[in-house]
Amino acid sequence: MSAPVVEFAGVARWFGTQPVLQGLSFRVEPGQVYALLGRNGAGKTTALRILLGFLQPHAGRATVLGHDCTALPPAVRGRIGYVGEDHRLYPTMTVGDAVEFEAGTRPSFRRAFADQALQRCGLPADRRIPRLSRGQRAQLSLVLAVASNPELLVCDDPALGLDAVMRRELLDALIDLLADTGCAVLLSSHFLHDVERIADRVGILHDGALLVDATLDDVKRRVLRCAWSPRAGSSPPSGPHVLRTAPRRDGHDLTLLDAPPELFAQLRATGELTPPVPPSLEELFLDLAGPERPGILREPLDALAAPAGGGR
Amino acid sequence: MLIRIDPRSPEPLFEQVVFAVKAAVAKGTAKAGDRLPSVRELARDLAINPNTVVRAYEALERDGVVVRRQGAGCFVSDRGSDLAQGEKKKQLLDLMRRAATEAFHLGFTAEDVKKALGQGLDEVQFEGKRRQP
Repeated sequence: MSAPVVEFAGVARWFGTQPVLQGLSFRVEPGQVYALLGRNGAGKTTALRILLGFLQPHAGRATVLGHDCTALPPAVRGRIGYVGEDHRLYPTMTVGDAVEFEAGTRPSFRRAFADQALQRCGLPADRRIPRLSRGQRAQLSLVLAVASNPELLVCDDPALGLDAVMRRELLDALIDLLADTGCAVLLSSHFLHDVERIADRVGILHDGALLVDATLDDVKRRVLRCAWSPRAGSSPPSGPHVLRTAPRRDGHDLTLLDAPPELFAQLRATGELTPPVPPSLEELFLDLAGPERPGILREPLDALAAPAGGGR
Repeated sequence: MLIRIDPRSPEPLFEQVVFAVKAAVAKGTAKAGDRLPSVRELARDLAINPNTVVRAYEALERDGVVVRRQGAGCFVSDRGSDLAQGEKKKQLLDLMRRAATEAFHLGFTAEDVKKALGQGLDEVQFEGKRRQP
């Protein structure tokens, strides 16, 4: 297997006395699109800032492109593209100036690609930065990051505050980038439908560590949800295949992992069972990271992270 | 060739792409020699990760549905799967067993299943592309 583009091993970080990351571990393989999900404040931005070397981890080790994130040589930084949620650009520049500036600072910058991409987005070169809409600023940031041919693109919620049309355009730009270069992408996002289309692998960050670290295909194949209405006297199932049981009217909502046929047979025998279906990413997210979810079992979900039966 | 998928469906995206192409060939809307959309075209059309399209095309190539010509793209193949006859028969039987089992649990009778199978068969042009086993 080739070396991972990003590797976090037991990364911890406090802000004052408050722990934000508590042993975060994951890796991004070359060419992979990894989506880091989590509620507001879960630690996504902190993780990305550590990756980019803006913050020091207090424990554990983070590496990117084979280098420790706490000591990234400038040349390695140049191989990483970054799109932040606030799309910081110099307000005195025009779109063309921004391209010029970026081309001057990064030797790998592809001028022709940038010009073409901006034309496709309908961004005129003489438009001043302050006159761009939020969506146009996001597009410009992405084009600038992508044009320098990064080996890793890091996007911190790039679609935040964009409408559905602009989000799709951003997605298109990202798809073009992937088709062109096959670079690895690490993104955080709250738009789970977009993530479902584009991510190879998802990590759900909660309380500073990953609850889920699995390919989307694995999630769809191995996790099933169903509603179960027990006959009098039957108690809800438990065990390693039951990720979560939540009370509902007349019974329980069950989230199951790798459930064997015997478990379904038993549930059918002791109550009424709706046909089990894989959860959408949003349902899985709400199940696991939503408020007041005492039923989370860590162990079996960690098993999703193991290569068994999954990965590529 | 029209390829449609549903990103919210429980089925993995790359399997949906594989099935959509297989269905287009089986129904005769794609013929032997037709060029599949390029990875980039299809990824953009469907707004999905190009990696997913690549994996789907690789799976289709393995199954003998498409052939890849260096630099020219993927084309609907004019020959069937390379699997041995015995293996093919086994796969067919497995498929039928699975369908029968699922139908049983949905509460259908054998008659219902036969009727549904007939309908499915009518939609496929068996004399189209495939070499008959």
